[in-house]
Amino acid sequence: MNNFDYLQPQSVSEAVDQAGTNDSNRFIAGGTNLLDLWKYDLLHPAALIDINQLPALNSITETAEGGLRLGALCTNAATAYHPLVEERYPLLSKAILAGASAQIRNMATNGGNLLQRTRCYYFYDPAVPCNKRNPGSGCPAIGGYNRMHAILGASDQCIAVFPSDMCVALAALNAVVLVTGQQGDRSIPFADFHRLPGDQPALDNTLLPGELITAIDLPPNRFATNYSYLKLRDRHSYAFALVSVATALDLDGDTIREARIALGGVAHKPWRNELAEQFLQGKAAIEANFAAAADILLQGAQGYQHNGFKIPLAKKAIIRNSLMALDPASQLPGAQPSA
Amino acid sequence: MQSTPTVGKPISRLEGILKVTGAARYAAEYEVPDLLHGYVVNSTITKGSITRIDTTQAMAVEGVVHIFTHENRPRLAWFDLQYADMDAPPGTVFKPLHDATIHYNGQPIALVIAQDVETARYAASLLTIEYEETSFDTCLNDNLHKARKPKKGLASVMKSPPPKPTGDVKKAFQQSAAQVAAEFRHSTEHHNPMELFATTTVYEGDGQLTIYDKTQSTINNQLYVANVFGLKYKYVRVLAPFVGGGFGSGLRPQYQLFLCVMAALQLKRSVRLVLDRKQMFSFGHRPQNVQRLHFSADDKGQLTGLSHTAFSATSQFEDYAETVSEWSHKLYPAPHTSFDYQLVSLDLHTPVDMRAPGGNSALHAIECTMDELAYKLGIDPLEFRLRNYADEDPSTGKPFTSKALRACYQLAAEQFGWHQRNPQPASMKRGNKLVGYGMATGIWDAFQFPARVEAMIDQEGKLVISNATTDIGTGTLTIMTQIAADEFGLPIEQVNVHYGDSKKPFSMFQGGSATTASTGSAIVIAAQALKKKLWKIAKGMDGSPLAKAGEADVAFDSGQIYLRHDPSVAISLAAIVAANKGRPIKTTNMGKPHLLKLRKYAKATHSAAFVEVEVDAELKTITVTRAVTAVAAGKIINPKTARSQIEGSMVWGISKALHEATILDEKLGKFMNPNLAEYHIPVHADIHELDVIFADEPDEIINELGVKGVGEIGLVAMPAAIANAVYHATGKRFYNLPIHFNELL
Amino acid sequence: MSYPAARPVTFSVNGVSHTLSLAPWVTLLDALRERLRLTGTKKGCDHGQCGACTVLCNDQRILSCMTLAVMKQGAAITTIEGIATGDTLHPLQQAFIDHDAFQCGYCTPGQICSAIGMLREGKARTRTEVKELMSGNLCRCGANKTIIDAIMEVKESYE
Repeated sequence: MNNFDYLQPQSVSEAVDQAGTNDSNRFIAGGTNLLDLWKYDLLHPAALIDINQLPALNSITETAEGGLRLGALCTNAATAYHPLVEERYPLLSKAILAGASAQIRNMATNGGNLLQRTRCYYFYDPAVPCNKRNPGSGCPAIGGYNRMHAILGASDQCIAVFPSDMCVALAALNAVVLVTGQQGDRSIPFADFHRLPGDQPALDNTLLPGELITAIDLPPNRFATNYSYLKLRDRHSYAFALVSVATALDLDGDTIREARIALGGVAHKPWRNELAEQFLQGKAAIEANFAAAADILLQGAQGYQHNGFKIPLAKKAIIRNSLMALDPASQLPGAQPSA
Repeated sequence: MQSTPTVGKPISRLEGILKVTGAARYAAEYEVPDLLHGYVVNSTITKGSITRIDTTQAMAVEGVVHIFTHENRPRLAWFDLQYADMDAPPGTVFKPLHDATIHYNGQPIALVIAQDVETARYAASLLTIEYEETSFDTCLNDNLHKARKPKKGLASVMKSPPPKPTGDVKKAFQQSAAQVAAEFRHSTEHHNPMELFATTTVYEGDGQLTIYDKTQSTINNQLYVANVFGLKYKYVRVLAPFVGGGFGSGLRPQYQLFLCVMAALQLKRSVRLVLDRKQMFSFGHRPQNVQRLHFSADDKGQLTGLSHTAFSATSQFEDYAETVSEWSHKLYPAPHTSFDYQLVSLDLHTPVDMRAPGGNSALHAIECTMDELAYKLGIDPLEFRLRNYADEDPSTGKPFTSKALRACYQLAAEQFGWHQRNPQPASMKRGNKLVGYGMATGIWDAFQFPARVEAMIDQEGKLVISNATTDIGTGTLTIMTQIAADEFGLPIEQVNVHYGDSKKPFSMFQGGSATTASTGSAIVIAAQALKKKLWKIAKGMDGSPLAKAGEADVAFDSGQIYLRHDPSVAISLAAIVAANKGRPIKTTNMGKPHLLKLRKYAKATHSAAFVEVEVDAELKTITVTRAVTAVAAGKIINPKTARSQIEGSMVWGISKALHEATILDEKLGKFMNPNLAEYHIPVHADIHELDVIFADEPDEIINELGVKGVGEIGLVAMPAAIANAVYHATGKRFYNLPIHFNELL
Repeated sequence: MSYPAARPVTFSVNGVSHTLSLAPWVTLLDALRERLRLTGTKKGCDHGQCGACTVLCNDQRILSCMTLAVMKQGAAITTIEGIATGDTLHPLQQAFIDHDAFQCGYCTPGQICSAIGMLREGKARTRTEVKELMSGNLCRCGANKTIIDAIMEVKESYE
């Protein structure tokens, strides 16, 4: 738990300047994951750049094309309970409210949510090898206790999973991440924001050193009627997902016009497969079709010693959550399975 | 003149206002001038030795005062015996910073002392430590062939070895109409009280220390500190008026006490040392165990054989043992029995008692086996228990001092609605959920330890009771006050109880559900002695209206001693003290179990738990939707705090059955989830309807009060009742805890 | 490494303004407990996993262990010591006593502060929703049922 400098920029550009391209200078907003990592001796910031005083990042506004722009500094709670989010993107509200606790959601910001690090036991113990923490040191999770680990997109270097719930919904909603940095502004489609571990598991996402997330754009859609978020975990609240599913359906009567399905808790990033969604296009919204889509989405899934259950569990979860999306009133607090 | 008795009344906790306003102070919260702060460094290897420990960089940090390691620690007592606390198992006590040897992962190896805690913590990260690692074994399963009998020692008094076999249990198993053989496995668990272990040592000079400590025994820790550091007992005062949960973890002095006192003595300064949550996983746990059961019954549903063998993990340096294998024979009669309990030494810290040690693991195995056997026989599980009901202790033939288990079964079954159960597994449904009903029996010992109590009438005529015991959230302060108040017929406002202080008369430790029986009985004895003393003084007062009254002629009520046949003839207690030249009148007396009388009896508390679970038909998520526990535990002094104890232990049962486990990576030899995010205990969303019934169980024999204790009995039946309900809901039996819902897929 | 450690930070706690000289790495929790001697706010995990350190910051419930004190310049903090009005307990404090909604008492300040924040948020309608929105506060004594009973009583009397 090292000492660090503390900076309070007055503008976004000053914040970006202070960060430079030095990866050991870190922006702090809610701090709920950053301070946790610092206290566990997993992160050793030279300076913390407090961006909480930058109002430019702290609003939710409508975009010209009818979507919403979520400021990076808006808290998870303020976002989940925002009337426009509840009205247009209820799937996002449900996913946010399935994560963490009410106190943490009051602190954690939208930008920070994207930057959460894995809860892998081995990553969290600085005394043991971990390729994500210490590249090349090895991955004890692969032959160790891997109940919480990945079944999709893992590599022989890392089987960690990304823990966010909010991001599972953002992935399903085709969000776009707006960032700024010394090279200027850019927008990153959500699918390209987080990455798979491959042979560089230390990198969780495609953000460059010193880049700052400023907002998340949600494009307009027709998913405000049939949606559901389901989260399966070892207790009924305040635990990370073993498997979670975000489902959004655009229905024409009983026929699916468009479907989105994203999985959480199964990979190094929220997991989508457009083939599964295309399969559902134009099909009847019935269990058999959702089951077939689940099989496509789970193609290539591979279990390890303790997490093989995630494959059948994910399939059942996709099916149930699709049915819950047909009847969103069946969703329960804590994103528990419908009664 | 007749005051209202308080015993049996649901009186709110007397310290409640301090707890809801934040005014209650715990061990790390005492303001002490000129305080130094410590931070512990722990071993990152599992076994081997420290070859180099370099503190140069850390010492250079501004504000660092001293760094203790095995190389520079002060010379200390070197007899192992001097480190042995009252709860030490047979073996060699772990001595922090003793030498370079590493016995387990997370072993404390250095203590950084600084001006503030942030500096100490930062400097602790700057130590350079090199190790020589040797191979280790932390896997119970791989080492069952090394199992052996536990060593005997002082601790074996409370946890006697299993009894000798009777009959021929193997033959009974083979020849009976029905039999079940099952193997059960339980994970390591950690107590995880919400309060972090902490010690504030106030250096008073002249070899005197005042120590605020997180403990379940002020006196145990006073003796430990005095013995280890060679101090006079009277110069060491340990205080623990508020303890943020214990569950057994505070039964032994933990290493932060040793390190904090060592630093204070060496530096001649007051020192505070608080462990962090990760370090809370570095000093004792409920051990993992393997249990093998072979139960058999005849075609009428009478048990014929009970065989139970348990293997449990301990450390390489102490033989921590529990009573596991013989509980079934204290519940059910059977002509053929065999019980065995063995230990496997592993490179882990010594376990320490955790809520209902032994019984908690055993009853899960026993009551699940009973359920399975009931199904094999085609008998309702409750009916099967009733057919094997024992009015006398089957293992000794002795009568119980009291046993209202039958009433527990009836009351709880009726309230729960057990008769609505369709015995067919997976037959009951509610929407997407399979519904299961399960039940189990609980039994726990009724301990009583010796305790001394001082009872005093002060100048205002108030009753003052003193005893060293703690109140770890059990309601002890309130209960002691009620007992004392009723002895004198005083309202509770007229009674002050001093506790949580090693300067007060002896109390052993707050464990084994024994405090009310121990300290409570001593209060009765001391109060009676004080009444006698008061009567004598009252008689002798000038012109006393009680001059001719015999002891039997007088009674006490509402702050007065009065003539039974003419209550208008009375003297106030304040007047008696005034007649004693204003000197408070006091007496100190010992309460202890009536061993001679009790030798003829068996003593136990009992419970019956009935549980409903819902299991999602496809996703298999499990919810304990409601549970009813009926308890027979003698007289209930305070039904409000007692109910909380039972409800709390029912939550522990839910936790053990479905949630909590310490993950041990046996390749790394260490615990991998030392935090409250991944060491799952239930959250509010997991807890639904809980109902508690106290069966009427008068007990004239057990002790002065007829009380037994309610700290653990609510836990023991719950895990099996839940597992049996999951079976009933799904048709699948699980033998390992916790049951992860995905195992049902 | 050494940095210009201490800097002045001003925030109010329970209506009283305090200016402290704090290093940036001091958490709000440690500032309250160690500097201001307000030990009613508890440290149970120091990692945002138990809720014992819950305080109200500008009327919102947050975790003081996951907050740097320097980040709270100008904020209005309410801790358990500031919940009662003089000798009059807050209805939740009284309800916790009446329902025996605690045993050891260590999680209690966090439960009460969290419940006040939860009621103020106004998002929970049913007992199930209250349980969900209170699930960030662990209780190892297992007083879960009476904690929710106490909160429901106060919630219903408000409505």
